[in-house]
Amino acid sequence: MQSETKARVDQLTSPAGHQVTALRFEGDIASTSKDAVLGSYHSLPKETAKLVLLDFTKVDYINSSGIALVIQMLIEASNSGQKVYAFGLSPHFTKVFTMVGITKYAGLFPSQADALAAL
Amino acid sequence: MSKVKSTSVEVRLPSQLGYEKVAMSTAAAVAKLMGFREDRVEDLKTAVAEACINAIEHGNKLNDDLSVGVVLSAGVNQLEVKVIDDGQGLKTVPPKPDIDKKIHGEEDPRGMGMFLIQALVDEAEWVKGSNGKSSYVRLVIRLDVNATAD
Repeated sequence: MQSETKARVDQLTSPAGHQVTALRFEGDIASTSKDAVLGSYHSLPKETAKLVLLDFTKVDYINSSGIALVIQMLIEASNSGQKVYAFGLSPHFTKVFTMVGITKYAGLFPSQADALAAL
Repeated sequence: MSKVKSTSVEVRLPSQLGYEKVAMSTAAAVAKLMGFREDRVEDLKTAVAEACINAIEHGNKLNDDLSVGVVLSAGVNQLEVKVIDDGQGLKTVPPKPDIDKKIHGEEDPRGMGMFLIQALVDEAEWVKGSNGKSSYVRLVIRLDVNATAD
């Protein structure tokens, strides 16, 4: 019954010239989203994808199981020397991500432009 | 629509993940009728979702033969939501999640549902049912009479 999570990968370049890999999610992020969230992350070449930008603009619903998947991704990224950032969360989910402490390990930005400008 | 003074809405959900969205929408609709601000409605939706997920997954163990009851009681200045399952209730209250421990592999990344519930509503109470059934969590959000929705 959960709405399927879609994920796609885009390559971006920040104004400072850094290569940034965007993971764009769409739909719900819940317990059934493991393949979309972690699967898409695992498809990235860890040696070259050092800056990872999560796009939540088209995500309608995130529950605690979905947040756990994001945290799992952050664990693996931390172990691989990757930096993770995110944008596109609603004010409510920005608050929720801050409450659970994700902001200590992933910078949150209001838009893609703001995120790229900071990288 | 006139302001709801004191009324009750009940929803019965199958014990299947995803159906918490029905309860979320219902709670949001009642809260909006009562004049809650948008941010409080969003808080309530997430808290209700987490409560229903716990009821579906842990209380009723995803058993198709069981359902989750959601009872919304709209008072003058508060909205109470009870989420009822056929489980035995909480055995222990889990500790507050620690993101540093989670990132360093010292704590399971999951298990934030109860923390979110407590953080997002004004009152949260877990009650064990008698005879090991009909346990429920009771959530309350209160209207800020000085700052209701426009």
